[in-house]
Amino acid sequence: MIISVASGKGGTGKTTIATNLAISIGRVQFIDCDVEEPNANIFLNAEINEQEDVEVAIPEIDKEKCNYCGKCSEFCAYNALAVVPSNVLVFPELCHSCGGCGIVCPQNAIKWKKKQVGRIEHGFVNGIDFYHGLLNVGEIQAIPVIKALKKKISKNKDVILDAPPGTSCPVIETINVSDYCILVTEPTPFGLHDLRLAIDVVRHLNIPFGVIINRDGIGNKKVEVHCQNEKIPIIMKIPDRKKIAHLYSKGIALVNESHEWKEMFSLVFNRLKEEVKQ
Amino acid sequence: MKQITVISGKGGTGKTSITAAFASVAKNAVFADCDVDAADLHLIFKPDIKKTMSFHGLKIASVNKEVCTVCMKCYDYCKFNAIDKDINIINESCEGCGLCEYICPVDAIKMIDRESGFSYISDTRFGPLAHAMLKTAEEASGKLVTVVRNNAEALAEKKKKDLVIIDGPPGIGCPVISSISGVDLVLIVTEPTLSAIHDLERILGVAQHFKIPATVCINKYDINLDNTEKIEHYCKVNDIDVVGKLPYDNIVTEAMIHEKNVIEYSKGDFSDMIIDMWNNMEGIMKT
Repeated sequence: MIISVASGKGGTGKTTIATNLAISIGRVQFIDCDVEEPNANIFLNAEINEQEDVEVAIPEIDKEKCNYCGKCSEFCAYNALAVVPSNVLVFPELCHSCGGCGIVCPQNAIKWKKKQVGRIEHGFVNGIDFYHGLLNVGEIQAIPVIKALKKKISKNKDVILDAPPGTSCPVIETINVSDYCILVTEPTPFGLHDLRLAIDVVRHLNIPFGVIINRDGIGNKKVEVHCQNEKIPIIMKIPDRKKIAHLYSKGIALVNESHEWKEMFSLVFNRLKEEVKQ
Repeated sequence: MKQITVISGKGGTGKTSITAAFASVAKNAVFADCDVDAADLHLIFKPDIKKTMSFHGLKIASVNKEVCTVCMKCYDYCKFNAIDKDINIINESCEGCGLCEYICPVDAIKMIDRESGFSYISDTRFGPLAHAMLKTAEEASGKLVTVVRNNAEALAEKKKKDLVIIDGPPGIGCPVISSISGVDLVLIVTEPTLSAIHDLERILGVAQHFKIPATVCINKYDINLDNTEKIEHYCKVNDIDVVGKLPYDNIVTEAMIHEKNVIEYSKGDFSDMIIDMWNNMEGIMKT
């Protein structure tokens, strides 16, 4: 079973939920797909013992063969190539590596070189098979790093995917393979607004989902009312407590401090597993 | 015209609440909500939309099944796995490169416009607002950010405003870079948690990479004073101004529920601290 944890709004507690779930059940694969700002390992503390670079293919112009006809730049939908008199400028950060310029070039003047855009790292901790990805600072495209992480998804284990915030491409790339998606929100107007956007996305992708309300007690009851009206299950509520915020600030997982929480998270996981089976 | 972007690296640290509060202090400014895939500023600003423009992101492939011979060439060539074995386009995966259209031997594929969202120009009680909405499961949020920024700049020129205040998205990737490129100052809103500190270092790296001056606000500084000290020390060593420290206060959420920014909602200490922070930032921009 693959469970993804997503949210719409940032900072609602995705990583808190994902890491506490993983620690409670153990023997899972955990993949932090928030490659722009990965934080899960602050709570899991896996010792990293393997890493690999994530590379994309970028065109390189063979100036001996190029006759500056301009077909490559005309084709490129991303404006990653510009042909000026006797030169072709390549803008690697705009390139999506579609391969098109190489195919349209009548002179066969395009070669490919690898460009590193990030890396993925792997380690184990207490039975958790841990991966995360890191987009290089200054790089634009998170998608190739997320794709590289998804290749590591195990078929024989339960998998938890910690998604980035928002509702656009990196989120969709992360959650589109999941059997169930947990949407984490907080009971505030911003939380509700972004939850509704996230609900649209999971419905669009036909993924079964439920909601966890974090920092319950701040704000108002409108998230709950919305979920009731839409018949969306609220899987769990985590109260707004200074103690919880303080543990989070120090990078300590809730379930490592309290047996009760550990049981709650295990129950949630078992319930989701039942639901997915049906 | 000067431009400031409020960003954070980590999400949920208070970018939008702080941007909204600046609206009560900044004089003669245009606002831009560049967190286009989860825009929230309008929940406080209550914009009166004056102009709606449809946004075409990347194009999308469309297959004419009557012509298609299922030769599988497009399937083989597509680098995004956006075409399935029955030659259906998987919309969420198509990045609009157009290679399938080019290589199709029977001209069965056409690249067509896709309406990916809308950009808006609005009036608000704080002044003009440029904002947008990306449709469900659409791509090209970086491109839409650029549209919003262009709208904001045009508004500023037209209405003779000398400042654009931009509410940015979380993260460090494509929409963030589009939100900060070429601005005069960024304010990074962080909090004293290990996660936020980790993210702060990465987002500061991005600001440095693009040579944009950065300032820092430590929000909810009192939830962990040791970590607050660490952030202050880190900023001092790296010569970055900490322009404000805000305590944890539920008044921000209360104000949000009343659809107001915190300065409108309360005249208390918290509001004064935001005003001081704004004055600090103005001072830095003038130097």
